[in-house]
Amino acid sequence: MDRYEIRLSGSGGQGLILAGKILAEAAAIYDGLNAVQTQSYGPEARGGASKAEVVISDGDIDYPKAVELDLLLSLTQESCNKYSGDLKEGSILIVDSEAVKDLPQGDYRIYSLPISEIALHKVGKAVVTNIVALGILTTICGVISAEAVRKAILARVPKGTEELNMRAFNEGCQRAAELLSG
Amino acid sequence: MEKSESSTTLMMQGNQACAVGALAAGCRFFAGYPITPSSEIAEYLSVQLPRRGGKFIQMEDEIAAMGATIGASLTGLKAMTATSGPGFSLKQENIGYACMTEVPCVIVNVMRGGPSTGMPTLPAQMDVQQARWGTHGDHEIIVLTASSAQDTYEQTIRAFNLSERYMTPVILLLDEIVGHSTEKVVLPRQSEIEIVNRKQPEMPPQDYLPYKTGPDLIPVLANLGSGYRYNVTGLCHDETGFPTNDTRNNEALIRRLVEKIKAHRDDIVRYRERKLDDAEIVIFAYGSVARSAKSAVVKCREKGIRAGLFEPSVIWPFPVKEVFALSGKVKAFLVPEMNLGQLAREVRGAVEFKVPVHQLNRVDGNPITPLEIVNKVEEVI
Repeated sequence: MDRYEIRLSGSGGQGLILAGKILAEAAAIYDGLNAVQTQSYGPEARGGASKAEVVISDGDIDYPKAVELDLLLSLTQESCNKYSGDLKEGSILIVDSEAVKDLPQGDYRIYSLPISEIALHKVGKAVVTNIVALGILTTICGVISAEAVRKAILARVPKGTEELNMRAFNEGCQRAAELLSG
Repeated sequence: MEKSESSTTLMMQGNQACAVGALAAGCRFFAGYPITPSSEIAEYLSVQLPRRGGKFIQMEDEIAAMGATIGASLTGLKAMTATSGPGFSLKQENIGYACMTEVPCVIVNVMRGGPSTGMPTLPAQMDVQQARWGTHGDHEIIVLTASSAQDTYEQTIRAFNLSERYMTPVILLLDEIVGHSTEKVVLPRQSEIEIVNRKQPEMPPQDYLPYKTGPDLIPVLANLGSGYRYNVTGLCHDETGFPTNDTRNNEALIRRLVEKIKAHRDDIVRYRERKLDDAEIVIFAYGSVARSAKSAVVKCREKGIRAGLFEPSVIWPFPVKEVFALSGKVKAFLVPEMNLGQLAREVRGAVEFKVPVHQLNRVDGNPITPLEIVNKVEEVI
């Protein structure tokens, strides 16, 4: 794998930078690949467009930013509009179906799931939307092992929230698996 | 981490790698005022320094933070501060004080763009000339840079070592991409790391002259509180440390301050190269832009263009000799920078205008991509 580029996008405060760090750690530490995670955010603490990028490779990674996306996650319409232009042919777009109604036209594999809804009503907390998204993304892209992502989540999330985060991740994995087989 | 007996691989943000490198180098004092995009350095050290018997102080502003850093260093502690553009401006007066009083310390500037508060969260390299000439008066300064988290870890250790060896402030310039990228860092065993500690006087206190130097031109400053009493002042001073208006003394002092760095430039200057042997065009790039340039070199070679990379890890003293040596062999230089040409002018001077030095500049807060560099190379070659 020369270069696999992932961008996680939404609005500030949704935990996308943490999700990016978890993905990068899963790939680089637990799956033995190379990974670089970068981020971009505005001067405000909440709201505004936010994105985290993870570039994964089995070789060295020189340029650390994403240029041609293999996978884009969008939790808001604004971020989907802003970033879907960087998707390359045949790439993957995962969106929160509650927030993103307007889908881009193009040669993409689009997966629309109620991500924040699953977090809030299935898992019980909106705050784990990012971890549900990680479960979905891991299952659909197949580049990083679910086991590696689980280990990386446990290493990063606050003490006492491990069980909640594992439920969120597993729920995401399961929903994506159903979508893929259905 | 410091106590670990085997090397460890961790995912680390560049800023964290800087803090971890500082601890490995022996830093036991940090005074700062948090500022994006450098805050993670202070954040990490605020937790780790007290655990190692060190001190972390959040000061009222950057001027005071620089003052406290110098004061702590005079007692013998390895001391540092970290900031970004606006804070770097405020520190300049005290950086000059550290140059004049020859107090070792490390100043990290994770650069942002623009004058004033500018672009806090976006990458830039606009403080390169300020790092050289930000404080007034004739002086030399050592300025390092880094292009990855691993490099940041290593250059931070080197910054402390150079400051202790040459008794001078050392500046580490990072950019937001390097500071905020999380990637693998391999931490060696503590016993494998080269550590330089400043010398201490060996003569009895009554014979001690703090600013009397030998052939290496570097003073030996006793740790305050160790029984050696001396005066420290930003005024021109003699060997005792007390101010003087003796013009011959003062000429010798200013010349020595400059010469103690210049005379050792071969020990200080470091750079990395890629495919320079047969290069027809040299891309001179530093910081995160060097990563784009590395990738551009590969892409240029695929197109049959013989491009090479010169990546300085020390930008001041500027690698004049090394850049000049290339001028007879290549057709052109290209200097991509996230400023309007601050080091391009130095490259031009170093090659004495013998070959064209082209620029590729961005000041909009966006990184320079490998493709932009390749396109520019194709345009100028």
